[in-house]
Order: sequence, then structure tokens, then C-alpha cells
Amino acid sequence: MLDKCTLRPVFQKVLRVTYGHTVSNDTVLVLVVITALAFDFTNGFHDTGNAMATSIATGALGPRTAVAISGALNFVGAFLSLAVAATIASGLVDTSDVTLHVVAAGLAGGIIWNLLTWLLGIPSSSSHALIGGVIGSTIAAAGGSAVEWHGLVSKVIIPALLSPFIAALVAAVGTWSLYRISRSMTDGARKHGFRIGQVGSACMVSLAHGTNDAQKTMGVITLALIVNGTLPKGANAPFWVIFCCALAISLGTYIGGWRVIRTLGKGLVEIESPQGMAAESASAAVILLSSSFGYSLSTTHVATGSIIGTGLGKKGADVRWNVLGRMAVAWCFTLPCAALTGAAAYGVAYGVGGTFGVVVLLLILAALAGLIYWRSRGTKVDHNNVNAEWTGTVAPPEEPATATTAGV
Amino acid sequence: MAWVNWSAIWKIVVFGLLAGAGLPALFAVGMLSLGLGPKAARANTAGGTDSDVLVGGSVAGMVGAAICFLIVLAAIGWGIYEIYQIGHPSK
Repeated sequence: MLDKCTLRPVFQKVLRVTYGHTVSNDTVLVLVVITALAFDFTNGFHDTGNAMATSIATGALGPRTAVAISGALNFVGAFLSLAVAATIASGLVDTSDVTLHVVAAGLAGGIIWNLLTWLLGIPSSSSHALIGGVIGSTIAAAGGSAVEWHGLVSKVIIPALLSPFIAALVAAVGTWSLYRISRSMTDGARKHGFRIGQVGSACMVSLAHGTNDAQKTMGVITLALIVNGTLPKGANAPFWVIFCCALAISLGTYIGGWRVIRTLGKGLVEIESPQGMAAESASAAVILLSSSFGYSLSTTHVATGSIIGTGLGKKGADVRWNVLGRMAVAWCFTLPCAALTGAAAYGVAYGVGGTFGVVVLLLILAALAGLIYWRSRGTKVDHNNVNAEWTGTVAPPEEPATATTAGV
Repeated sequence: MAWVNWSAIWKIVVFGLLAGAGLPALFAVGMLSLGLGPKAARANTAGGTDSDVLVGGSVAGMVGAAICFLIVLAAIGWGIYEIYQIGHPSK
């Protein structure tokens, strides 16, 4: 798909750039781009749930239709804005202190943390996994002064802390007014009508996810290109980067992260269609607005905040605070843990050294990914059992062939 | 530069409430308006609370619903256009 005319000057320039090791940088650059796209793919399947969990839970969309629509809209959303990509590419780390090894190690850290939390069905933030990984490997390589702490706090940490509360507020107000306005409607008509609205709002969340999350990978690839001297400092993502990222995230979304969908859709609150619509509208609005300010917020945190808000906005709704508690713990750990993993990954890449160091790192990464995937087969969650009754675990118990009483 | 950009946060809260809660509420008003009229009333007595009839049959109700739904769609379209404009600074 990528024409050679785009890539050839890139590689020629790459070869000209002097670099710490006597290595062919084009190999490392290509490896970094592939790793970044792999991260984008995990980002897609980790976050399908943010957009579609509530629609799947209320039955507004069939599970497989939902992931297909979500994938397509993620693709479109990726082209919508470049503000977040600019934040990641130029606002987080001092590009002159960063090498391709640092970027590769950061990506590896992010992917490992993303896969682990997916295995546990915890909707943690892919964004924080990525940013944590890059910052960890940067500190390991060049020390804390290479991190743009101001950018990190004002454009990542503060939005991360505030966005779930804003989303919860919007969702609670929305839920309350939806029930208030529709109180004279019959239950059947209300359910039917808001299911239609819910499909629309879920589509908006998928679009919003493309604008915020696909851009993070674009930002990292752009960072790698800037580090390499391929692009000037402060450059925007080139078209082929936008295109590849859009494709990777939409494919990942289509694969569907059923484990996370299950936790979000069934684990937190039992959701009716007006609540689903309120939650998704709130998420879409908050993410789209933040994207346009260049805030790299976690779509996961926003979606979770919205679901909690919609539970608070309806009388008698039952929020499972212990599930939320488990998530919140994972949220606090994501940045530092991904940072440690990123630092360790840098240790491997730097310790071995050269192109070979990156290759070794990526082989270890692939082995770990394989191991986690193999572990996940033991407790499978897919489109068949994603909506099974919540019994306290991510993976529902095996089909009770012998059980006589089905449910409570 | 400030660590917290209050003006951005303020905007996200206000526009978030307008778009994220206001538009769904308008959609709900549209649904309510669509359900006005004789058919819904009849279905209600016949089918009780299980009736899922959405269109009530009142012309005024349908016009009102159409206006609500169009405003919602227009607002979404305008919002996406604005975000595209902000996200792609003039080259």
C-alpha cells in the first residue's frame, strides 16, 4: 500500500544520520514502526469495550455487528484530528535526548502492560501504558531531565485525573434527564426508542476513540521519525503514518476485546438502554472535546466514569464498587508499571546493543505476548458468552450442562 | 505556562454537558413527541406497559420529533466539522 516514493527518501535520510551505535538505522526504524502498529492493534482490541460494551450489554447491537461498526468508525476518526499526535510527538520528551532504542523499549513496555491487563479483563488505560512505557525508557536512557514534566502533568496527568469525574457528571445529568423526560412513555417504547439512540451514541464513541487513541500511536511513530532526523522537530504526522495507524487500530477493534467488553458491560452496573445512551453520549462528548484541545486522555477512564455516572443518575441503580475499586487500583499502577517495564526493556535493548538489541527485545516481547495469549485460551471470553450473567469473574463459568437451575 | 488550563477544563465541562447530556435529552423529547397521538394511546390500553409502539400518529407530534432529531444531527455534524478544523491547523 505504501508506495516506494514515500519511503525511499525516508531511508536515505535515515542512513545519513549519525547515531550512537554503528547500526543500520533503517532496520531499527522499520522495527519500531512495526512495534508501534502492534501496539495500536492491542489498543484497538483493548478498547472496543469503551464504545460498544453498553450497546452489547443492552442488546442494542449484536456483538459482531458492534465490533465491525466500531472498527470502521475508528478508522474514520483517526483522520479527524492531529492535536493529540502533536502532544505525544513533541510535548512529552525532549526529542534530542531520545534514540530509537528508547522508543522501541517504551513501546514494548506499553504492549506488555496492555496485554497483562487485558488477560485480567481490567479496562486500564492503553494511553497510560504507552506514555508510561516511553517515559520509563527515556528516564532509563537519559535521566529525568529528558522528560517534559510540564507537558506530562498538564496534558496527561491532570486530564487523566479530571476526565472520569467530568464524564460521570455529564452522564449522571444525562441519565437523570432522559428518565425524567421519558417517564410518561411505556417501558417497551422507552427501551425500543433509546436502543436506537444508543446505537448512534456508540458510533460517536468509536469515532472519538479514533481521534484520541489512534493519534497516540501516530505521535509515537512521528516521535521515532523526528528522533531519527527523518522529520524536523515539531513536525506533524505524515499521511502514511495516519493511514497505517488508522488501519491497525480498526483491525484491532474488529477483533474485539471480549474480556474487557464483559467487565465494562456486565461487571460495573446493570444497564438499561437510556443509561447506555447517556453514558455513551457523555463519553463521546468529553473525548472529542479533549482531543481537540490536544489532551491525551484515557478513553477507558472516561468510559468508566460515564458508566458510573449513569449508575448514580438513576435511582435504585446498583454500582458494583468493588469492581470499580479493582479498576482504580489498576489505573494508579498503569503509568508507573508501564514505566518500569519500559525501563527494563531499554535495559535489554541497550545491554545487547545495536540493531540486534532491538531484535532481541522484540523477540522477548513476541514470546511474552504468545504466553499471555496462550494463558487466555484457558478462560475464553468471546462473542458467545460476553453477556453471560456476572458471577464475579471475567470468564463466565463453563456452560452448565449438568446444572439444573440456570441463574437466580 | 500554568499547570492546569482552567479555561479548557471549563469549556470541556460546559460543552460536554450541552453535547453529552443536552443532545440525548433533546433526542428524548423527540421520542416523546413522536409518541403523541391516538395510536400510542390505543396501544397502551391494549398492550399495557409492554407496548413498544414509537409512532403515535399525531402530525404535530411527528413534525416536532423531526425538528428535534434534525437539531441533534446538525449539532453532531457541526461538532465534527469544528474538531476537524481545530485538529488540522491551516497548512
